[in-house]
Amino acid sequence: MNFLLGAFKPACNILITFSDAKTRKQVPMKKESGQTVMVPLFQSQENIAGKISIEPLQGKKIEHNGVKVELLGQIEMYFDRGNFYDFTSLVRELDVPGELYERKTYPFEFSTVEMPYETYSGVNVRLRYVLKVTVSRNYGGSIVEYQDFMVRNYSPPPSIDNSIKMEVGIEDCLHIEFEYNKSKYHLKDVIIGKIYFLLVRIKIKNMDLEIRRRESTGSGANTHVETETLAKYELMDGAPVRGESIPIRLFLSPYELTPTHRNINNKFSVKYYLNLVLVDEEDRRYFKQQEITIYRLQDS
Amino acid sequence: MLNGTEDEDKWLAEGIAGIQHYAFFMHRALDSNNLREALKYSAQMLSELRTSKLPPHKYYELYMRTFDELKILESFFKDDSKHGVSVVDLYELVQHAGNVLPRLYLLCTVGSIYIKSKEAPAKEVLKDLGEMCRGVQHPIRGLFLRSYLAQISRDKLPDIGSEYEGDADTVMDAVEFVLQNFTEMNKLWVRMQQHQGPGRVTEKQEKERSELQDLVGKNLHVLSQIEGVDLEMYKETVLPRVLEQVVNCKDDLAQYYLMDCIIQVFPDEYHLQTLETLLSACPQLQPTVDVKTVLSRLMDRLSNYAASSADVLPEFLQVEAFSKLSNVIGKVIEAQVDMAAVGAITLHVSLLTFTLRVHPDRLDYVDQVLGSCVKKLSNIPKLEDRRAMKQVVALLSAPLEKYNDIVTALTLSNYPRVMDHLDIGTNKVMAMVIIQSIMKNYSCISTADKVEVLFELIKGLIKDIDGADVDELDEEDFKEEQNSVARLIHMLYNDEPEEMLKIICIVRKHTMAGGPKRLPFTVSSLVFSALQLVRQLQGLEGDIVGEDVPVTPKKIFQLLTQIIDSLSAVPSPELALRLYLQCAEAANDCDLEHVAYEFFTQAFVLYEEEIADSKAQVTAIHLIIGTLQRMNVFGVENRDTLTHKATGYSARLLKKADQCRAVYACSHLFWIDDQDGIKDGERVLLCLKRALRIANAAQQMANAARGSSGPVTLFVEILNKYIYFFEKGNQQITSSAIEGLIELINTETQSDSTNPDSISDAFLASTLRYIQFQKQKGGVVGEKFESIKL
Repeated sequence: MNFLLGAFKPACNILITFSDAKTRKQVPMKKESGQTVMVPLFQSQENIAGKISIEPLQGKKIEHNGVKVELLGQIEMYFDRGNFYDFTSLVRELDVPGELYERKTYPFEFSTVEMPYETYSGVNVRLRYVLKVTVSRNYGGSIVEYQDFMVRNYSPPPSIDNSIKMEVGIEDCLHIEFEYNKSKYHLKDVIIGKIYFLLVRIKIKNMDLEIRRRESTGSGANTHVETETLAKYELMDGAPVRGESIPIRLFLSPYELTPTHRNINNKFSVKYYLNLVLVDEEDRRYFKQQEITIYRLQDS
Repeated sequence: MLNGTEDEDKWLAEGIAGIQHYAFFMHRALDSNNLREALKYSAQMLSELRTSKLPPHKYYELYMRTFDELKILESFFKDDSKHGVSVVDLYELVQHAGNVLPRLYLLCTVGSIYIKSKEAPAKEVLKDLGEMCRGVQHPIRGLFLRSYLAQISRDKLPDIGSEYEGDADTVMDAVEFVLQNFTEMNKLWVRMQQHQGPGRVTEKQEKERSELQDLVGKNLHVLSQIEGVDLEMYKETVLPRVLEQVVNCKDDLAQYYLMDCIIQVFPDEYHLQTLETLLSACPQLQPTVDVKTVLSRLMDRLSNYAASSADVLPEFLQVEAFSKLSNVIGKVIEAQVDMAAVGAITLHVSLLTFTLRVHPDRLDYVDQVLGSCVKKLSNIPKLEDRRAMKQVVALLSAPLEKYNDIVTALTLSNYPRVMDHLDIGTNKVMAMVIIQSIMKNYSCISTADKVEVLFELIKGLIKDIDGADVDELDEEDFKEEQNSVARLIHMLYNDEPEEMLKIICIVRKHTMAGGPKRLPFTVSSLVFSALQLVRQLQGLEGDIVGEDVPVTPKKIFQLLTQIIDSLSAVPSPELALRLYLQCAEAANDCDLEHVAYEFFTQAFVLYEEEIADSKAQVTAIHLIIGTLQRMNVFGVENRDTLTHKATGYSARLLKKADQCRAVYACSHLFWIDDQDGIKDGERVLLCLKRALRIANAAQQMANAARGSSGPVTLFVEILNKYIYFFEKGNQQITSSAIEGLIELINTETQSDSTNPDSISDAFLASTLRYIQFQKQKGGVVGEKFESIKL
C-alpha cells in the first residue's frame, strides 16, 4: 500500500505561506467539497507577499522547467463547470529550469494588487481568488498547488442615500404607503421604516418583509436568473385598519448577505431586493419589490 | 356549538402541550447557559400564542402559562454572567426572531431588564416597546401582548419618586406611555367587533369581548396609580386623551365600560374638578350606550363624596356641579333620540338623588330637575312603559323621603306637573305614597295654598279621572285609598281659624267632586275637622268678641249643612244622620239653638224619609235619643217638639222589644241628671210604664206566636231603669213600684210558659244584689233602698 500511495503522491510538497499570516484576519470559506476552511482575507490594493517552499520527497530529485506563482481572479459559471475565466492574472517567475534536490524557499510579492471584485459564491456562479504555484515538468505533468484567499472590498458610506418611499395599492381595495429609511445598507445595517395603511378593504392575515437576492448570470439570450429569499421577517400579525402605521426594524446581521454586485466583468450580477408581502385570509399575496444596494462598510 | 367547545378544548390542550414541550427544551438550554438555544425554544414556545382558534378565556390560559415561562427566561436574561451578552446586544438579538408575536414578547421581556439595567432611559425603552407592539394587529393577540407590556412595565414607569425617574418631565413620559398603550389596546378591543362585520353581533361575541375589557381598563387603573398624575395633569392631559379615545372609538360596549372605568378608578376630587370635561363626553357617546347608568354612577360617587365630608361642599358649589350635571343630562337626552322614556327619567332620578344629597337646601334645584323631567315627559304622548312609571314614582318619592315632609314637596311647582304624566293607576299609587309620607311623619299641612296643591296632587284619589276604568277598581284598594284620604284630612290643621276655614273650604271643594262612592269616606273627616274648628272658636270666643270676625261658628254650621247635605246624593242616610247629630251637639255647645234645632230637624227628616231598615231605625233612634238627652240649648217648646217626636218614633218601631227599649231610653229625655237639668218625674214614669206595657205585650205576643214567653230580660232592663231613677230621687218612682216589678218578674220567671234563660236570670240576680248592696251602704242611699222590700 505504501508503495501505491507513494506512486500517486506528488513528487514534492509545496507550502504557501503569507508573510503576515500571523496577523492577517482569517475568514471561513466554504469549499466545493462542502467543508469550510479558514482562509486569509485581503482587500484590493493590498500587497500579497509570502514564501513558497518546495520540498521534494525524501531522496527524490525534481527536474523542472521552471517554477512560477500566479495570482488569479477567476469566475466560474456552474453551467460551464471547471472552465475558469480569469479576469486577473499576475505571474511571478520563481526559478529558472533546473533540478531540485532539497527543500527550497522562494519569497514572492504582488504589490498593490488590483482586486476590484469580491470573492463570491452563489447559486450559479463563483468568483474566487487564488494563488497558483506551478512546478513545470516535461513529463509526469506539472506539479500545481493552490492557495485560496478571500477578498472583501469596503466602501465608505454613500454620500447620497435617499430613503425609499412609495405609495402603492389596488384601487378601492388596498392602499399603503411604505418607507425604508435608506436605499443603501451595509451588511450589519438595520432597516428602519414603516408601513402606513391608507385604505384597507381586504382582510389581511399578516405582512412580511423579505430580503431577496437576485443573481443573474450570462448575458443576452443566455441570461440566467436565480432568486433566493434570504430572509422572511414577519412585520405584522392580524388585520390593520385604516390609519395604522406598522414599524419596520430589520437587523441585517443575522443573514448571509453579500454586497450588491453589478455586472461583474460582464459575467454576472447580484442584486438585493426588499419585498413587502401582504397575505390575505384567502392566502392571496400582494407584494411590492424594491431594490436596495448593499455594501460592505469597513469595520470600525 | 357543543362541537365548537370540544374543538376549542382540543386546541387548547394542543397549545398547552406545545408550550410544555418547548419550555422543556428552553429549560435545558437555560441550564446549560446556551443563549442561542434558549432564544430559539422560547420563540417556538411563544409561537403557540399565534393561534387564532381559541376564545379569549382559553387563550388567556395559554397566555398565563407562557407568562410563567417568560418570568424564568427573564431571570436568565438578567444574569449576564450566564450568557455573557450585554443587555443592549440582547435587545437586538431577540429582534432577530422572524415571527412578530414571539419577537415582541421576547422584546418586552428583555426591555424590562433593559430598563432595570438603566443603560438607557426608561422612557426611551418604553416608547420603543410601545411602538414596536403595533406589529400585532390581531385583536386578541394584540391585547394580550400589550397587556404583557403593561404588566412588565408597571413597576418601571418613570414616575415621580420612582428609581427610573429621569431628568425632567419624565412623569409625562410615563403617562404618555400608558395612554398610548391604552389607546392602542382600546382600538384593538373595539376592532374585535368590527372584525365580525356589522349586523352579526351574537351574544357570544359580546361575551368574548367583555371578557377582555379588564385588560383595557387595567391601563386606566395604572394611570390612576401614577404618583405624578396630579389634578393638573389629569385635567390637562390624562382625561382629555382618554375621553378622546372613548368618544372616537364609537363602540358602545367600550364607551360604556370605559366611562364607568374612568369614574371608578380616579379620585372623586378629580371628577369634581373636571366635571365639565367628563360630562362633555357624554352626549357624544353612541346612542346605544347606557349613559344613564354611567351618569348615575358618577352622581352616586359624587354624592358619596359630598356626604363624606362637609368640607368638600364648597367645591361642589364652586364648580357648579349641579348645573353642569343638569345641563349634560339635557344634552344626552337630546343626543340620544332613541332613548326610551325610562332612560330619561332614570337620569332625572339620579340627578335628583344627587341634588338631594349634595344640596338638600336647594329646593330650586330640585324643582328644576322636576321641571326638566316634565319637559321631557311632555314630548311623550302617553307614558305606557311600566318601568318608566316606576321611575317617575321613584322621582317623586325621592324628595318625600329626603325631606320627610310633604310640605317641602308642595312648594315644588313642578311636582304636580310630573304627576300629571302618570297613568291613573300609578297616579293613585303615588298619591298614596304622598299620604303615607304625611302620616308617617305626622306632617301638618297648615296653609290653604299647600292644601290646594296637595289636593291637586292626589286628585287621582279624590275624584274620578276621565277615562279611568271604574269597573276594574278593587273594592278593598279603593277603601284603603279613601280611608287614607280621610285620615289625611285630619292632618290639615292651622291654629288660625280663618286659615283653617279656608282649608276646610278647599278640602270641601275637592271632596265634593269625589262622587257618591267617595263621599261617605271623606265627608265625615271633613265634618269632624270643621267641628274641631268650631270648638276651637269656642275656646277663643272671649278674645274676639266685638270684632268683625270673619269666621263664626254660624258660618261653619252653614257650611256643615251643605257638606252633610251632599251625602243625600250617595245616599248614605245613616251617616248623614250621625253627622247631623254631631253638629247639633256642637251647635248646642255654641248655644245656637236654631242651628241645633235645624240639625235635629234634618236628622228627623232623614229618619222619616230615608231610613227604612228597621235595624237602622233602632240604631238611629237611639242615637237621636242619646244626643237629644245631652242638649241643653233648647227652649221648652223646641225641646218638647223634639222629645215628643223622639218618643213617638220610639213607640213606632217594628219589633216590640225594640219599641220597649227605645221607650225606656226616652225616659232619660225627661230627667237630666244635672243641676239645672229637666227633672220631669211624671213623664219619666209614663215612659217606663209604657215600656212595661210594651214588654207585656211582647210577652203575650210571644206566647201567642210560639206558645212560650220570651225571656224576662226586658223586664229586668226596665227594673234597672226604675232603680236608676229611684236612686236619682225621682219621686214618682216608688219602692212599691219596684217591688211590684220584681214580683212581676218572679212570677214571669216561675211561670211554666217561660223559657228559663240563664242570662236574664243572672241579670236579675245581680240587679237584686245591687239593691242589697245599696241597702247595706247605709246613709241616705241606704235608707232610701231600705224601703224596698225584697
